[in-house]
Amino acid sequence: MTTETLIWLIPLPPILAFFLIVLFTNRNKALSHTIAVGAAFLSWLGGMIVFARAIGAPELGREPFASSINWIPTADTWLKIGVLIDPLSAAVLFFVAWTVLMIFLYSVGYHNFGQPKGDHDIAGLPPHGATIEEHGHKHTVPSIEPMYSRFFAFISLFAFGMFTLVVSDNLLTLFVGWEIMGLCSYLLIGFWYGKESARNAAIKAFMTTRIGDVFMLLGIVFIYSATGSLSYHDIFQPQVLHTLASVPTPIFGLSAAGLIGLLLFIGTIGKSAQFPLHVWLPDAMEGPTPVSAMIHAATMVSAGVYMVIRMFPLISLDPHTMTVIAVIGSFTALFAATIAVAQNDIKRVLAYSTISQLGYMIAALGVGAYVAAAFHLITHAFFKALLFLGSGSVIHGMEHGVLHTGDHNVDPQNMFNMGGLRKKMPITFWTFLIGGFALSGFPLLTAGFWSKDEIFTEAFGSGHIVVFVVLALAAFLTAFYTMRQITLTFLGKPRTPAAEHAQETRWTMTVPLIVLSVFAIGYGWVGIPEDFLGLHLNPSWFHEFVGSTLAVMPEAVPFSWIVLGTSLVVALGGLFFGWLVYRNVQSAAEDKLQIPVLKNKYYFDEIYDFLFVKPSYWFAETFVSQWMDKGLIDGILHLFGKVTTGIGSAVRNYVDLLIINRTVGDGTAHITQWAGRNLRPIQSGRIQQYMLASLIILLAIAGLLFYVLVRV
Amino acid sequence: MTFPVLSVIVFTPLTAALIILMIPAQRKTEARGVALAAATFALLLSLWVYIQYLTQHLTGYQFVEKYDWLPMLGISLHFGVDGISAPLVLLTGVVMFTGVLISWGDNNPHVMAGIQDRPREFFAFLFILASGVFGVFASLDLFMLFFFYEIAVFPMYLLIVIWGWIQTREYAAMKLTLYLFIGSVVALVGALAMYWVAGRNTGVYTFDMLQLEKAGFSASFQNLWFLPVFFGFAVLGGIWPFHNWSPDGHVAAPTAVSMFHAGVLMKLGAFAALRVGIMLLPEGAKHWSWVIMLCAGVAVVYGAFIAFVQTDLKYMIGFSSVSHMGLVMLGLSTLDKNGLTGAGVQMFSHGVMTALFFAVTGMIYDRSHTRQIPELGGMNKVMPFAAIGFIIGGLVSMGMPGFSGFIAEFPIFLGVWQSQWLVAVIASISIIITAAYIMMNIRKVFFGKMPEKLEGHMTDVTVLDKVAITTLCVLMIGIGIFPSVMVPMVQTGVQHILTLLGGA
Repeated sequence: MTTETLIWLIPLPPILAFFLIVLFTNRNKALSHTIAVGAAFLSWLGGMIVFARAIGAPELGREPFASSINWIPTADTWLKIGVLIDPLSAAVLFFVAWTVLMIFLYSVGYHNFGQPKGDHDIAGLPPHGATIEEHGHKHTVPSIEPMYSRFFAFISLFAFGMFTLVVSDNLLTLFVGWEIMGLCSYLLIGFWYGKESARNAAIKAFMTTRIGDVFMLLGIVFIYSATGSLSYHDIFQPQVLHTLASVPTPIFGLSAAGLIGLLLFIGTIGKSAQFPLHVWLPDAMEGPTPVSAMIHAATMVSAGVYMVIRMFPLISLDPHTMTVIAVIGSFTALFAATIAVAQNDIKRVLAYSTISQLGYMIAALGVGAYVAAAFHLITHAFFKALLFLGSGSVIHGMEHGVLHTGDHNVDPQNMFNMGGLRKKMPITFWTFLIGGFALSGFPLLTAGFWSKDEIFTEAFGSGHIVVFVVLALAAFLTAFYTMRQITLTFLGKPRTPAAEHAQETRWTMTVPLIVLSVFAIGYGWVGIPEDFLGLHLNPSWFHEFVGSTLAVMPEAVPFSWIVLGTSLVVALGGLFFGWLVYRNVQSAAEDKLQIPVLKNKYYFDEIYDFLFVKPSYWFAETFVSQWMDKGLIDGILHLFGKVTTGIGSAVRNYVDLLIINRTVGDGTAHITQWAGRNLRPIQSGRIQQYMLASLIILLAIAGLLFYVLVRV
Repeated sequence: MTFPVLSVIVFTPLTAALIILMIPAQRKTEARGVALAAATFALLLSLWVYIQYLTQHLTGYQFVEKYDWLPMLGISLHFGVDGISAPLVLLTGVVMFTGVLISWGDNNPHVMAGIQDRPREFFAFLFILASGVFGVFASLDLFMLFFFYEIAVFPMYLLIVIWGWIQTREYAAMKLTLYLFIGSVVALVGALAMYWVAGRNTGVYTFDMLQLEKAGFSASFQNLWFLPVFFGFAVLGGIWPFHNWSPDGHVAAPTAVSMFHAGVLMKLGAFAALRVGIMLLPEGAKHWSWVIMLCAGVAVVYGAFIAFVQTDLKYMIGFSSVSHMGLVMLGLSTLDKNGLTGAGVQMFSHGVMTALFFAVTGMIYDRSHTRQIPELGGMNKVMPFAAIGFIIGGLVSMGMPGFSGFIAEFPIFLGVWQSQWLVAVIASISIIITAAYIMMNIRKVFFGKMPEKLEGHMTDVTVLDKVAITTLCVLMIGIGIFPSVMVPMVQTGVQHILTLLGGA
């Protein structure tokens, strides 16, 4: 099979799985998950073969695997759908295929496959546990998810969207995948739709990202009208780029390239949850944990960053746009990290951490560090998927404890209810530790160190000192909150009976953790810079490979001891302080960092509600609907109606009835009647009288004739 | 002689209406059976026409038939379809077919869905209306176009007044009828002006639109008459600020009539505005396109905002129709290949989508006796099939890729961006608002908690309802995934318009 055909086939198994499950197998849970996991495996297999061939291909950057077919006819040409594997998409495909497969596998265990049906479980709510009888006494165990098959259908559809986006060779198919994921995000965040909070979170996520999407769509429309094509290959032609960079637009003095870049970037702000559209992501944690891992850590939010990396040759043309990107990215990185410090829900910490880490990638792009952004994108996907799945495993273990103790007031997601889990759940602990250290950038060993270090080096080396300092501060906070999380969750002693009875999860959940932790360490080593520590190592494979996507291979920035020193200090310092401060904390009340403004996420939800949501309602309800439509337009109509009836009755009363009816109509009748009454005596019936009358008339006529004739 | 397929399509419903009226009133099933048979027949024929047009890569006016009717006045029965009207003929067939299916209903005394009161007369009036609609789409004679146009509008009044929602039906029916008749009278005056002037110019007095296209009206004549003609018809297309009859009418009408009304009748207005306004008076169109763009741009955002705050499901859909028909008008106003193509596809896509919306709403209303969104909830559990249908309609409505809405809206935005980027930006607000109200309503109506008073009183939709929903969904998804089944065809029609516009 040619590589091109194979690439076409990669996204297909999940969509087939979606339809198979929805149409045929939704009543059979085992069959449904077999189909879904099998499809993910096939996509993975295809992805790995393509990846292997991509590595083996000489000059892949210049001659990527590509093929396309016509899809929507437009004025003069066709909008095409097509596939493309160049070094960038090959690298992205690699991590997407791995994380998707692992998350699918994990979901089987997470949704309690093999467990009994719940006692009171209903579709739309998380399972509440089942009572079983064993050795003569009853106890409660976790129960299987009632909408098990539906979950696998949705997540398969999601995987289809992500694979489509990655292998796409143009912005249109990318947008298709992008929107499918947005939809799946809605469906999966609101998966437990019986919960009010889940329904609201789903809508919030969809709407917030949709705002970004609309700008992105305008950007796509703009590109199409400016270049007549949406394919990357056509847009990145040097003369096209040159034209776009030199055409001015009326907005902010940006060039066409700058404006397009900005519009597309707003799409990324929505999708990758950057400030100021970050508000949806923490709420999205309402969904099941595999969803959080897949959509809100490893793949969908990565799609936003991927798109900016993809469009980098265009976006980087305008320095203004680049500045905006750098500012938003670095600000988000720091701002989200400060919120993460004050969260107590194990998943919410990770959610804010994700926002912050995506900020790193965006900031890296803003300073022009193409390869570093891609590198961090990939390492982050691995270790953040690991962390989310780990947190899901922790929650699962805690839920087991909660069911065992029967105390349902214990929130299994609150870290202050945990403690000491390292002994109860050793695999989860060690893998979570690896993930956490990778996130913190623990030196030399972890992938996170290498990718973050490269961003620091690039920011410092290219002279963006402010970005460098902000990111370094954020890195300190990252290490700090990560260690806080690890300390509160795993170290010390159990703080609740539920934590005491927590239990390690099953192999379908732990195997993905182990696989992902291998990548969370090992993937960093493919990108060790050539002159690290001033040594002359092999050239960084990752840099050479992904860098060749661009027309001009980006220069590697020279090694700097200042950067390395900073990197070490913030990572190790943050970890140390995190442990120091939280090792003896027993409850949320003792936590000094529970500052209201951080706890309440800087009140963004409230501010947006006040600034946008309420005014929109007012505008729609009071202004447009009541005032304009019912008041003005219908008012004019009813006025016409009144005027018409007014004219009608005026005409009726004053013209019709008075003049025509009474005067003319009735008047004629009256006159006729009067005349008849008065002429009646003539009709006497006497012949003589008639004869006399005839004679008189005859004489009169004769006289008249005589008079006329004689005179003339 | 070839088979006169268009005449058969146009007169099938009328004939069926007469047959139905001859069936005794108490034999409801027979009346329905004849209606379904006739609707199926018309659907198959219109599908045949569509497929022929598509697979043989036809262009221009096809399946043309011409019979002299009043030769001394230049009036003839002249039928033919082009790339724009063929999809609309199919749309009418589809809406007619599904409308009959969902009106069949469920005569279970606990449910009483569909039309149970005098179905014989109902179908007869509905079919007279359908003949009128087919006639407008197929007519190439201006006089006959008006003739069928009035036939399409008139039964609407009766259908709403007799079978409509008791609270507003008289008001709504009167409002609708007056709006539409006033609009058509204004347009008729314009048409007569064209008839006389063309006759004076060429010496041949005719209503044949193919002749009128070549009549060579002067620019000042066109500039004078374009707006009356365009707006006269566009009233039926729900153009702002003459849209207000439409949501009221939708709400008051019984389900199948709402489907016809929003699904097909509004297209009639847009189509006639295009055919008579833009195609016969191209210079006027160029001169005044900014006015249409303005009104359409307002309609798109305005309708979306109002739909956003409606608590009545039907009003919500009604105003969303105003917004989506605004997109059609916006596409027309660009006078550009992408914009016009998008408008053509959007007419079809919106017709199918809104028919689906009204169908599902009707199913819910018949069973719950309320359309108030706050009083509904949990429908997903009792009618999952209808829920999926409504969600698919919602996705089309918000322009999701992979559905017909995206295929239609994307070219419209391309066209609008090229002619006035600011209008595109403003119109794009509606994409967000639309997503908001669709999502919020789906959340509440289908996934929210079912109110206690509905608990136990709701039943699933019937098999016929499912057939109707499936038919409509298949079309929307089919076009979304394989746009080449419709877009190139619409483009052939658009090409002709562009020629009339002077190759612009």
